[in-house]
Amino acid sequence: MSALVGMSLLWVLGLMGVAVVLTFYRLRIGPTVADRVIALDLLSTIGIGIIVVYSIETDKKILLDAAILLALISFVATVAFARYLEKGVRR
Amino acid sequence: MTQFVSTLLAIIGAFFILVAGIGLVRMPDLFLRMSATAKASTFGVIFTFGAAIVYFQDLAVTSRCLAAIIFLLVTSPVAAHMIGRAGYLTGAKLWEGTVTDQMREDYGRDEPPGQATPPAEPEPPPNDDSEN
Repeated sequence: MSALVGMSLLWVLGLMGVAVVLTFYRLRIGPTVADRVIALDLLSTIGIGIIVVYSIETDKKILLDAAILLALISFVATVAFARYLEKGVRR
Repeated sequence: MTQFVSTLLAIIGAFFILVAGIGLVRMPDLFLRMSATAKASTFGVIFTFGAAIVYFQDLAVTSRCLAAIIFLLVTSPVAAHMIGRAGYLTGAKLWEGTVTDQMREDYGRDEPPGQATPPAEPEPPPNDDSEN
């Protein structure tokens, strides 16, 4: 891997880190619980992207399994949060 | 050459993920935030998986990444829809520039708890009282 590609992938990880910081800001100030659930969902999605870019950078293709697993778990967690929020509301 | 294409795809994906983060902070409403994050972050992660496909060029990696892309495309709108519905039912405030609120008639949320009543008046003029 050339040095330019490695440096570019570091910049990609930096951009995703900025997105993580913004997401934590919304997670801190979110007015309702649903805003925080959205922030957690975006956080796990950014985590998938970070894992994939890290697997490219370190040339380990086994890390893609972790990315797929994180996608599965984040979907289940988001649906569970949504059901939990709807639970106390009358129909 | 494939490394440069892969890096370009990764940069595009990171850009869209950053757009999703900025939209999560800057949007004025729960539903606009949900829309921004669901679409932009899915798009960015798809580009990132495309970068992995181009970089590794392996059948196992390609099939795995395609399965992950299809799974994200299926589940991300479902999750966003469920969060938005839960947020609406638990009384999230609408943006004051909201044009219409079609769920208001189905789920009788009589008045939003915030000050942001949608300006579109769903009250029809009472001209049908001659029937009874």
